[in-house]
Amino acid sequence: MTRSFEGAAARRFFMSTIALGALAAGQANATEELNALVWCDHTDPALIEPFETANDVKVNLKEYEGTGAGISILEQSQPGDWDVMVIDAVDVHRVIDMGVLGEMPANALPSADLFPELVMNDNNTKDGKTYAITEKFGYNTISYDKTKVDPKDMEDLSVIWSDKYKGRIALYDYYLPMIGLVQLGLGKKTADLSDADMPAIEEKLAAMKAASKQVSDVVSSQTALATGEVDILVGGGEWITASLAKDKPNLDWTVPKQGAVRWAQSIAVMKDSKNPDLALKFVQYILSPEGQARLATSSCYWGMPTNQKAGEHLDGEQKKALRWDDQAGYLKNTQLYPIPSAELDKKMQDAWTNMMQQ
Amino acid sequence: MTTTTLEDRERRKAWGFVAPALLWTLAFFVVPFVYMAALSLWSRQGRDIVHVWNLDNYLRFFSESALLRGLTNSLEITITVTILSVLLAYPLAWIIAERVPKRLQRMALILAILPFWTSYVVRSYSWLLVLSKGGVINQALMGIGLIAEPLEIASNRTATVIGFVHFFVMLLTLTIYSNLIQLSPNYRRAAADLGANAFQTFWHVILPLTLPGIMTGAFLTFVLCIGDYITPQILGGNNELVLPQIIMLQIGRRADFPMAAALSIILMLTVTAAYVLCARWLRIERA
Repeated sequence: MTRSFEGAAARRFFMSTIALGALAAGQANATEELNALVWCDHTDPALIEPFETANDVKVNLKEYEGTGAGISILEQSQPGDWDVMVIDAVDVHRVIDMGVLGEMPANALPSADLFPELVMNDNNTKDGKTYAITEKFGYNTISYDKTKVDPKDMEDLSVIWSDKYKGRIALYDYYLPMIGLVQLGLGKKTADLSDADMPAIEEKLAAMKAASKQVSDVVSSQTALATGEVDILVGGGEWITASLAKDKPNLDWTVPKQGAVRWAQSIAVMKDSKNPDLALKFVQYILSPEGQARLATSSCYWGMPTNQKAGEHLDGEQKKALRWDDQAGYLKNTQLYPIPSAELDKKMQDAWTNMMQQ
Repeated sequence: MTTTTLEDRERRKAWGFVAPALLWTLAFFVVPFVYMAALSLWSRQGRDIVHVWNLDNYLRFFSESALLRGLTNSLEITITVTILSVLLAYPLAWIIAERVPKRLQRMALILAILPFWTSYVVRSYSWLLVLSKGGVINQALMGIGLIAEPLEIASNRTATVIGFVHFFVMLLTLTIYSNLIQLSPNYRRAAADLGANAFQTFWHVILPLTLPGIMTGAFLTFVLCIGDYITPQILGGNNELVLPQIIMLQIGRRADFPMAAALSIILMLTVTAAYVLCARWLRIERA
């Protein structure tokens, strides 16, 4: 199984390299350029190429991971450097407050086609103006190898700090969803997370660290689960297992009874974009049913499209891997990332760093 | 008059040769370093960088155990790696220099440094697969019945040290080998004439004479190892953080450049202290 996983990864890498080469050659003489600050799922040529070809444009992609890194890049950039940005939906207001996002005409966006829970006006708009639109979502929950653990155990979040699977658990290295999961495990809402919750959260984080084998980023987490180094990934979800579904059918994920954390990413046009019309066109393409299906099944990671019409462009296997038919229940039983103040955010990061050093 | 003109000309010529290096150092070391030092005295408050000079970042480093632990982790790992690398590289370099026929030494060296030819990141991920539960080592040991359960040698400090040692043994082998082949065979003959056996010759003659090579390699190992981010990140499993990982956290998650700058200055001071220790020690040995 390890070999087939590695083979699949190598195939993906090889095909991506060829596709990127073809893309670069094909768009080398494009008349316009668009600079996009994105997450890795947007770097899939299968997603970008149709837009480039249709609009005779070269899309220059700069990949980043984590809002902090994105904001660092913006702080070091000049106005006009970027046309489009992808950002964690819960952090859109941080960027709006920096004054770098431009207003998008609401009637030019397919908000009516989105899953209602993913419209997220509180996050994407300010003072009645639309600055971003949610493009993809999924869950930070529990991924596991169903041949090595009892799937019933995975239905209870308390398994993540119990000793039953000690040394067989990987923790996804992103403090926000992970602390959100702990908050849910403690029977509280992520939106209510405050300073007062931190002592109990820190106690559970310490227990989680003691029961875990590693704390790792996306690639290492996926590798650890796929190679059998760990049997459970806390913080994982469809974005970890869906793209491996064919090669590793033993990997599965679930939303426990206490719920899970829902991640969502938004896309926005920059205020000082040198080509705002083309930037808006790019956003419209990403939100179109076809663009959404391509984004959902991007080679970097899979995730649910926010546009419900994308289902028409996904085949049965893809829908099954994404759990398309279960979304109504999942959406009801999941909560957004916590949105901490700057002060609480610092405390949460300190708690996470302390946990890693234990 | 003529002498002065000649001296001036020579001086100008000398400056002409030195100036490009000085300008390079000024532009790419001194100026960035001064900026980084100044930046470390500012602070991030909330989501803003406050441009008021203070020592808050340094005080925070010494008062928060998670940050201080980053430095102690770095030092523990680096010292372990340096010692292990020297212990493994010296015999290898000695065998290549003393036991391998001259005509085959170049080939032996190429073989010794062959892993240098692969990407550092790829090599680290390869080690992760080799050391994992289902990896070559565990499978082999279980296959021959030496162990019943897989050893926990991936995603922890052991894995980090193995990954580092593999890399730095190659580096040290080169520096020690280059030192060994410069030694005249007359030293050994003289020691033998004076009645020294092979061990006494090595201990009292060869080893002291090759110390400059060992110390140069050891210092390089220390500098490269303590500043490395990739190996601990890939092989360490984030079960403990070293200082470069904590610096990256400040930049990647908090956009806290002042704190990252302060931690970088602390890292530089640690390397400087190591240099001072090595330089003094070497000077004593040479005296």
